[in-house]
Amino acid sequence: MISSLPPAAPFMLGALLLPFLRGHVRRAVMLALPVLAFINLIHLPTGDSWTLSFLGQELVLARIDRLSLVFGYIFILIGLITTIYALHVEETVQNVSGMLYTGSALGVVFAGDFFTFFIFWELLTVFCVQLIWARRTRQSMGAGFRYLMFHVAGGLILLAGIVLRVHHTGSIEFGLIGLDGPGSHLIFLGLGINCAWPLLHTWLSDAYPEATITGTIFLSAFTTKTAVYALARAYPGTEALIWIGAAMAGFPIFFAVIENDLRRVLAYSLINQVGFMVCGIGIGTQLAINGAVAHAFNDILFKGLLFMTMGAVMYRTGKINATDIGGLYRTMPLTCIFCIVGAASISAFPLFSGFVSKSMVMDAAGSGHMRWIWFILLFASAGVFHHAGIKIPYFAFFSHDSGLRPKEAPPHMLLAMGITAFLCIFIGSFPQYLYSMLPYQPVGYEPYTVPHVVAQLQILFFSALAFALLLLSGIYPAEIRCVNLDADWFYRKGARLFYGAMDRCFNRLNQVCDQWLARGLTGAVNRFCRNAPARVSSWFLLPFHRLVKAGDGNPRSLGQSIQEAFDKGVIPVGLSAAVSGLFLVLLFFLK
Amino acid sequence: MHPKSPDEKTYLFDKPKNVKRVFLFFYSALVLLLIAEFFVHKHPHFPWEGWWGFYAVYGFVACVLLVLVAKYILRPLVKRGEDYYD
Repeated sequence: MISSLPPAAPFMLGALLLPFLRGHVRRAVMLALPVLAFINLIHLPTGDSWTLSFLGQELVLARIDRLSLVFGYIFILIGLITTIYALHVEETVQNVSGMLYTGSALGVVFAGDFFTFFIFWELLTVFCVQLIWARRTRQSMGAGFRYLMFHVAGGLILLAGIVLRVHHTGSIEFGLIGLDGPGSHLIFLGLGINCAWPLLHTWLSDAYPEATITGTIFLSAFTTKTAVYALARAYPGTEALIWIGAAMAGFPIFFAVIENDLRRVLAYSLINQVGFMVCGIGIGTQLAINGAVAHAFNDILFKGLLFMTMGAVMYRTGKINATDIGGLYRTMPLTCIFCIVGAASISAFPLFSGFVSKSMVMDAAGSGHMRWIWFILLFASAGVFHHAGIKIPYFAFFSHDSGLRPKEAPPHMLLAMGITAFLCIFIGSFPQYLYSMLPYQPVGYEPYTVPHVVAQLQILFFSALAFALLLLSGIYPAEIRCVNLDADWFYRKGARLFYGAMDRCFNRLNQVCDQWLARGLTGAVNRFCRNAPARVSSWFLLPFHRLVKAGDGNPRSLGQSIQEAFDKGVIPVGLSAAVSGLFLVLLFFLK
Repeated sequence: MHPKSPDEKTYLFDKPKNVKRVFLFFYSALVLLLIAEFFVHKHPHFPWEGWWGFYAVYGFVACVLLVLVAKYILRPLVKRGEDYYD
């Protein structure tokens, strides 16, 4: 007997109520939804429930196991935190989309079959785009459209893969897939697009910084992490993922160093962090998968926290470029402290959350003797401290005094950031609670060994030394207002080229067709039809006319007068009668 | 630095003494970490993890390389005007 709803239902149904509510009531309902969803989730039995029969197949709306549960918990938690953070937003589109987006993420994570999975997967894109467009700037409109195009293409690739796969196996169950045929490769690629793999990552660094202040917090939590979940479910231990993950962890930090928009810096570091997860999934040992999942859990919190602090800065100053802000610690001290907590967590400082999860992936790579992967990940660890750990707090809150003296963030934002900061420190200090939620038990990993702590502190402090020396010596790249090209150049400029080429090709074709067919041929037919009665009449009448007025009449003048009569619609009765009579005679003979 | 009105409050890092303190703490932490390594019994996966100061050197060199590559190779390649895509 089922007494609970499917995990996504509280958010999906609740969101439909929101447009009818106003003010405090709406806010109360929005806060209640994550709580209800959580209560609902813990009452769902382990295993498959909410199975529906559909076209001879079985849909599973609630597959509860350790892997889906840990993602479910963190999605609901960040849904609650983001709702608190966004309490000042009373805009129906944003409120509803945020809830539906959270619901869709839960739908993906608890889907036990391809059909349900795909539907929620596509809904993620739809509601995510609403949160980008809600900013209502020209840039956000463009970024939203590019996001939509990218993800629709990704969705179609995924769908093609699913169709091939289902055709091949005859089952729509979504579980372990592994790379073993064209269908599985297409699904792999489709998931990879949402996971922001290298070269497929540009939608993320393009769109996330353009979304609304509160929308970005939702965005940073769901799309990439549902893809991480799907990869952990379907492709654990796939070797390609190790290298893809290492590349993801490595390359974005170079872009982050020269980027001026601080939310875009965070978007690049989001790709870098997801790289650690993807790498862990690729390594595929129990430790590595546990590490990847734990890191996804922590990343949702500390990346959310960093985006929240930057959002608070934007909310108070209206600016986000490093060139425009700086020195804000003076009047936003709490936001500054929360930002430093987030920065310490993402940099994996001991006692902060990143430390207890990132090191699991590093350790798994070390245990597998993957020396190059290990070197890249270590480089990425140092790099992330450099660009997210130091650059974000330093340029926003210290650095040059911008002269801005904004007010501290509003209380609800401080509350949301405070809760998240507390969780970052709590998980970092007492990792056993997080470890007890991980898919493979017992976890059996101890992050707090003396050599590990000393090694990690050395790498962080000496990275900081490099930052300090480079900054003092003036080598550190100055913040410059600019656009940095990325792989999106190919479609942003390429699309323009394509547009130009299509314009030349098809509009020329159009022109030719217009000239020859629309104006030429149709015109001729038109003229013919218009003139036909007069012509036919004159052909018939001309011989008679000649007979009657042999010699003295001008045959052309008859044609002209008939034409004139038809144009004006004043055909003599006699003429009409003659034509009709001739027609009858013609019919008689033809018969 | 922006010119300050004389009645504006001085904040924590407006005093050079406080900045100096932070740096003093920072530099002593660096030295302590290097000293601490002599007393640590390691269980390395790779032989180089056992070398003294490996992590310190790697962290420093990695970040210097990162910044140099980003500034002198990547930025000249990818930097465009703010209205490049408009």
